[in-house]
Amino acid sequence: MKTPWMKITALGAAGLLVLSACSPGATEDTAEDDAAGGGGGGGSVTVGIKYDQPGLGFREGNNPPTGFDVDVAKAVLAEMGYQEDQIEWVESPTPQRENMLENGQVDMIFATYSITDERDERVDFAGPYFMAGQDILVRTDENDIKGPEDLNGRNLCSVTGSTPAQNVRDMYADEVELVEQDGYSECLTFLQSGQVDAVTTDDIILAGLAASDEYAGEFKVVGSPFTEEPYGVGLPEGDVETCEQVNEAIQKLQDDGTIDELLAANTEGVDYEANAELNDNIELVTCGE
Amino acid sequence: MEDILFLFEQYPIWEGFWANLKLAFFSAIFAFTLGVILALFRISPVRSMSWLSGAFINLVRNIPLTVLVVMGVLIFWGQLQINMHPDFDTNFFMLATIALSIYHAPFFAEAIRSGVNTVPLGQAEAARSIGLGFFAAARLIIIPQALRGAITPIGNTLIALIKNTTVAAAASVMEASGIMRTMIEFNPNLMVAIFLIIAIGFSLIVIPVGLLTTWLSERLAVTR
Repeated sequence: MKTPWMKITALGAAGLLVLSACSPGATEDTAEDDAAGGGGGGGSVTVGIKYDQPGLGFREGNNPPTGFDVDVAKAVLAEMGYQEDQIEWVESPTPQRENMLENGQVDMIFATYSITDERDERVDFAGPYFMAGQDILVRTDENDIKGPEDLNGRNLCSVTGSTPAQNVRDMYADEVELVEQDGYSECLTFLQSGQVDAVTTDDIILAGLAASDEYAGEFKVVGSPFTEEPYGVGLPEGDVETCEQVNEAIQKLQDDGTIDELLAANTEGVDYEANAELNDNIELVTCGE
Repeated sequence: MEDILFLFEQYPIWEGFWANLKLAFFSAIFAFTLGVILALFRISPVRSMSWLSGAFINLVRNIPLTVLVVMGVLIFWGQLQINMHPDFDTNFFMLATIALSIYHAPFFAEAIRSGVNTVPLGQAEAARSIGLGFFAAARLIIIPQALRGAITPIGNTLIALIKNTTVAAAASVMEASGIMRTMIEFNPNLMVAIFLIIAIGFSLIVIPVGLLTTWLSERLAVTR
């Protein structure tokens, strides 16, 4: 009597089974491997990076990702005994970083991740591997803007809801016209067309943007950072063992100058130097606090 | 609870929701006016006008709102360098209002047209038989009845518009969803409280609109 309906229901049920068999199983496998892998050897490690920040974390399609964060991640993991083909890259956009660590979607995050107390409540940090600072990007022919105090009456661009945008609002809001966009690439088009006079965020992000081929030679970083942003490695809460291994690796890479080399390689062609005062002798966090 | 109070102290949440309300208010007025005009064109006996309105409605209705807003900022402001106001905040508020109005006008037009379809053909014939022209008939007979029949779809469009004001964040307007992003950036430890504030805030704005719509649609329904 009801054969057509039964067929459809059966098909639907079968389809659901196939679907549920696919995705969750696959992710669970890798997560367990990683936990067991620990100090390297077998298994793979999932690393969260930015996909949209040239010079730091950048990836087009399935090409291998590039940038300073990516290179530091590779170097740190190499110290920990992982081969490059054991690393699985995942995009971790700013608002999702804590969630991804808590849900086990990633094992660690190298994504311009500033260490703050509020974030530390949900995740653990190793590092920092680099001390960034908020700075200003201007057109190469601009000579009047030398620091944040010269921005009075000028037009400025930053990213919606980001720390730099908030800093500017807090410190200079009365005198500065601020436009907030979804990403820094939009800001750069405004800077290029002349609608804004400056773009502000962490110095190394600006250097990476200015170093991209599209904008070669058009912009320069002013070079007077006015905040301190310690970039750390995000780890799931309570993973003290990994934290200590990462710290050890970072210490070694700092001592032998590898991090400086990676930085230079990723900001080639831009007039930019990291804040030497802050970056010599970075004090690493104590794990498990 | 403490967390929620802390967030209210720390961030301009009220100003954010106020910006959403202002955007919704101005956009609703412009979009509704434009929608009535489009609907009139659509039902007009002049074929070319009807076609023009249909083309505009189908074109705009199928462009995602985000694309309209981003186009406004990146192309209209960024590349063509058209400043409507020297003050950035006002300039972007105007830009967002224009984008929201253009986007929602076709939805209002279609809502009104659905109301026109509820008016029996006899009404139009009767209007013509006593000597009224198209505009007089539309203004005195058709549109008043159509609006009363279209309260529910108009209310739905209004609710969609209110929620869509969050897209104005892409046009650099400081509103609730942008403030939500700021809060998540600085206080990821309070994620649940942040979500609750924004969700409840919008519910408090939207639910009364829904209730009002239902009440009005019952009260104003044309009894036939």
